[in-house]
This record gives sequence, C-alpha cells and structure tokens, in this order.
Amino acid sequence: MSMHTGMTRRLALAAGFGAMMAAAPALAQGEIKLGAVLSVTGPASFLGDPEKRTLEMEVEALNAQGGLLGRKVRLIVYDDAGDANAARTFATRLLEEDKVTAMIGGSTTGTTLAMVPAFEDAQVPFISLAGAIQIIQPVKKWVFKTPHTDTMACEKIFEDMKKRGTTKIGMISGTDGFGKSMRDQCVGVAGKYGIEILHEESYGPRDTDMTPQLTNIKNKAGVQAVINPGFGQGPAIVTRNYRQLGITVPLYQSHGVASKQFIDLAGPAAEGVRLPAAALLVADKLPDNDPQKKVVVQYTADYTKKTGQPVSTFGGHAYDGFHIWKQAVERAKTDNPAKVRDEIEKTKGYVGTGGVVNMSPTDHMGLDLSAFRMLEIRNGDWTLVQ
Amino acid sequence: MPELLQFAFSGLTVGAVYALVALGFTLIYNASDVVNFAQGEFVMLGGMITVFLHLAGLPIPVAAFAAIVITVLVGLALYAFAIDLARGSGAVQIIIITIGASIFLRGVAQVIFDKRFHALPAWFGSDPIRIGGAAILPQSLVVLAGAALIVALIFLIIDRTILGRAILATATNRLAARLVGIPVRRIVALSFALSAAIGAVAGLLVTPITLTSYDVGTLMALKGFAAAMLGGMGSAPGAIVGGVLLGLAESFGAGLISSKYKDAIAFLIILFTLFVRPQGLFGKKSTERV
Repeated sequence: MSMHTGMTRRLALAAGFGAMMAAAPALAQGEIKLGAVLSVTGPASFLGDPEKRTLEMEVEALNAQGGLLGRKVRLIVYDDAGDANAARTFATRLLEEDKVTAMIGGSTTGTTLAMVPAFEDAQVPFISLAGAIQIIQPVKKWVFKTPHTDTMACEKIFEDMKKRGTTKIGMISGTDGFGKSMRDQCVGVAGKYGIEILHEESYGPRDTDMTPQLTNIKNKAGVQAVINPGFGQGPAIVTRNYRQLGITVPLYQSHGVASKQFIDLAGPAAEGVRLPAAALLVADKLPDNDPQKKVVVQYTADYTKKTGQPVSTFGGHAYDGFHIWKQAVERAKTDNPAKVRDEIEKTKGYVGTGGVVNMSPTDHMGLDLSAFRMLEIRNGDWTLVQ
Repeated sequence: MPELLQFAFSGLTVGAVYALVALGFTLIYNASDVVNFAQGEFVMLGGMITVFLHLAGLPIPVAAFAAIVITVLVGLALYAFAIDLARGSGAVQIIIITIGASIFLRGVAQVIFDKRFHALPAWFGSDPIRIGGAAILPQSLVVLAGAALIVALIFLIIDRTILGRAILATATNRLAARLVGIPVRRIVALSFALSAAIGAVAGLLVTPITLTSYDVGTLMALKGFAAAMLGGMGSAPGAIVGGVLLGLAESFGAGLISSKYKDAIAFLIILFTLFVRPQGLFGKKSTERV
C-alpha cells in the first residue's frame, strides 16, 4: 500500500516535472511582440491616429481568435508626435528594451527615414506607412512599405489627362514636404506622358489666399488643366479660389486630399475636381467583381463600428502592413525576424485596402497603377471615373 | 489690368484681417507696454468657437456672439491669471508669458476642439461678384465692412468717451494716470477684453474664406505683428495702414514677383522697418526715458 502511494507520488512528480518541461519552451516563446512608432499626435496626427486605432483593432481581433501561431500578439505603440528625432529614440527602445520581432509604422517619410538605420542594423523587418519612394528605392533589405508613392499618383493623373487629350497644364503646389516631393515627382514623369507644364506656382502650407497665383495660371494661354499637389487645407482653399476666379479647365487634386474632409472644406467648389485615390474611399461604389471589394468593405465596416469615425486611406495602410506581416509569420511558422523578412518579400497576390501587393527582392512595395482609382467629385461625393 | 484688380481685392481682404490683429496688438501695447503674442489665438478662438457652437446646433449669429463673449472672457482670464500676477516684472518677462499663454491656448484648443480644419458657411453665399474682370467673394466685402466698423467704433470710443480718455492717459503715462485717479489696472484689463473681442470678430468673419484650425493663431500673430511694426507700434491708424499695406504687398508680391517668397514678405517688412524707420510709418520717435 505504502509502496503504491510512493509510486503514485513519484509518478505525479514526474508528470508535473514533464509538464513543466513541456511548458518551459512555450513560456520562453510567450507573446509575439510587434512594435509601432506612429505620429499619433502633432501635425501628422491625421496619419498616426487612424493607424494606431487600426493596429489596435486588428491585434485585438487576432488575439480574440487565439492569436498568431497559438501565441498572443502584443502591440507596443510609441507616439513620436511627428518628430524624427523622437522616432529614432523610440526605434532604439523598441529594439533594445522591448525586443520586438517586427515593426509597423513610421507615419511620415521623415520619421521613417530616421528609423531605417536602426532596423537595418538590428536586422528586424520594418513595414513603413509613409509615402516617399526614397523609402524603398534603393531597396533596403529590411524595409518595406504599404502606401503607393507620389510618383504613382502623378502617373495616374497624367494617364487620365492623356486619355482626354490634355497635353499642356498649369501646376500649383504646396511648399510643404508632401507638396514639394510630389511636385518634383510630377515634373519628373510629365515627359513620359507627353505632358508639358506651361506655368508653375506655389503657396505656403499656411497660406489662406491663392487667388494671385491662380490669376497668373488663368491668364496663361493654352493651359488645358491644372494640377495641385499638396495636402492639408491648402488644396481646399486652392479649389475655392479656383471657382471664385471662374477658371473652367479641369482641376486635378492629389491623393493627399483624398478624404471626406476635403469635400467638406472646399464645399460646392469641389464639384468636378478629379483625383487619384485608393479603392478604400469608394468601397461601396466598387463593382462586386472588384478584387478589393470584399476587404475594403469589411475594413470600413469594422473601423467605423469600432471608432465611430470615417475610414481614411492612412488607417488602411496600417491594415495592409499588419496583414502582410501576419501572413508572413503564418507562412514562416515563427516570428524569427530573418525568416519573417524573407516571407514578407515573397508576398504575392495579397489583396489589401491599398491594392494587390506583389513584392519581390527588387520591389518592397509591390503595388502598380491599378492600386489607384481615378475619382471625380460629383454632388458632394466621390464617383469612379471609368 | 483685371489681374492687378484681382491682386488688390485679394490683398485688401487679407490686409483687413492683418489690420484687426495689429489693432489688437496696439490696444494692449498702449495700455501696458506689452506685445501680446496670444493675439493670434483670439482670432483662432473666434473662428473655432463659432464653428463648434454652430455644429452643436446654434444658429450662426448666436454662435458668433457667444464666441465673442467667450473669447473676451479668455482675454480677461489671460490678464487676471497671467499678466496681472506678473505686473511687477519687466515687459520682456510679460511678453514671454504671453508666448506661453499662446502655446497653452493652442494646446487647450487642440484638446477641446480637434486638430482638423473647419469651414463656416459664407454669410451671403459663395457666388463671386465680378468687377472689371476680377472676382471678389461677398464674404470679402463682409470682412472689409466688419473691419471698417470695428475701426470706427474703436476710434469713437477713444476719441469721444471718458473711457477713451482714460485709455489714452494710461497709454501716455501710467503713473500720472494713476495719480489723477484712473483705475489703471481696470483700464489694462479692458484693453485685453477689447483686443480679445476684435480678434474674435476677425476670426469669425474670415473663417468662411480662409478656414480655421486650432493653430491658425501663430501665423496671424506674426503677420499682425509685422503690420503693427510697419504702421508704428502703438499707433492705431498705423496698425490699420500697416495691415492693409502688408496684405497688398503679399498679394502683389505673390502675383507679380514669385509666390515662393510670399511669407518672406512679412519678415522683410519687419527688417526693412527696423533698419530704415524703426518707429514705423505713424510712430513717434521713441525717446529712451532715463
């Protein structure tokens, strides 16, 4: 009897030990740590805020379903307030203290470029949510991005102009980072589409009246259309002044103002304005056979329900970054940074809010012009231009 | 020719707003020797409060009136809780306090309102009126008329009322004013209230044209300050002329020379004034009191 008891005890002990042994690796693996440095406050908060909300929403949903590879995902978000120096500091903190195995973030081109060296050195995959082409050209081994580039926006606009037989245009651009960068890209690719820029004007990011500049464009003979690279309130004022002066040639805005707020600010003057934008903006207007229809409708419904706010393409970039990473981890069956990086680079046919993503060792964005839709504002709402 | 007229319309509208901000600077400067850098925030508050009360369902006239009242209260609070408490300190310290107040107000506005841009509907529609080939918005005429009305009112108060005399006396010599029984502190408080009201009116008049957000005040203060310097710090007619001249210079500069240097014009004017005529167009030559 006593022997029996002793054996039971020993067996129980062994079983307990075994269980501990089995549990140990699981404990060591623990949760998957995903880092995010975003501009949640400050001048770029309109980017960082929806990005943060989106990431939190997606991580919560994923964990509710049991996490990734059976492990919980822990999202660590830092707010750089749009400051590149702060972003760099937070990047180091994510890598050295939090020991994240991947990073989604960098709301602006400035903060992204400041963080790139840290992730390249630490060899941790970094999916940026910023626009500039410099982020992925030349290709950096550990750096990817989800938003389309300014060059693609220019090309989409010029493609539309070419279809309509427009060859001579005027340009008025903001002198902020976005406006300047996109202006340069547009000037760079105009020739490829046979477009000639007859007259160019600019305005400061805080200017409140652009009628003098537009008067000059109006008086330039031969201008068949006007393009306005810029974001913030500038393009809204340009649009109002454009109608005030009674300029009749078509006005093209950029993807920088592709939000409902632009229509609200520009008011009736926005009527007839054309711009390239992601499918997300016109989710409900996409034909049912559109490959992106399902994902953009789903994301729109989830985001509006969760936050009570309208979707923006910026939150969509974070959504795409998250799912590209998630699928890469699933394929790699580990969160090992090097293996996940390889899988991110192999992303093929991922249908996201920004378009269909096909990455390769030479293309760390993987989008083509079909990612953009040409929109026209009619009756205070977006319509698809066929 | 029509383009010159267009530049003039554009410059006058913008200039009228600069003039009102400069007038706000002038009133406070006269009463207290302080350059109030929170002046731009009064303009922001006027616009933003009107926008949000209107969004909350109030009709625009009511929202606008409430915005003026609230901004005046903010102006008085600024005086009571920041300026008056530091009244023993020198002008420089108090100016720095106003810069702090301006940052504070911007931060609070960011939290209470939001960080987005907002528009107000124009009072008389947005169909431009065409004059001689140029186009002017009806709202620009409202801004010009509003500015003229405020200026007339301020001059009436200063010229024709006992209160105005007291303000003038305080501006000329504070110690003497106190000796003859003028409640100097109340006069200075009043100048903050008046400046806040002028700023708020400027803000709500111009928002339908220029849009507004929590941080429009900084640039307004800068431009208004340049206008006040050009006109001569402390001179009310100078503030008006300075504002309009600055607005015209910007719009003709952007139209005829290059739009790249539009914001530089304000700085150039400050520098030029300081080098050539430090007392400004209408200012009296300052004599250092020893």
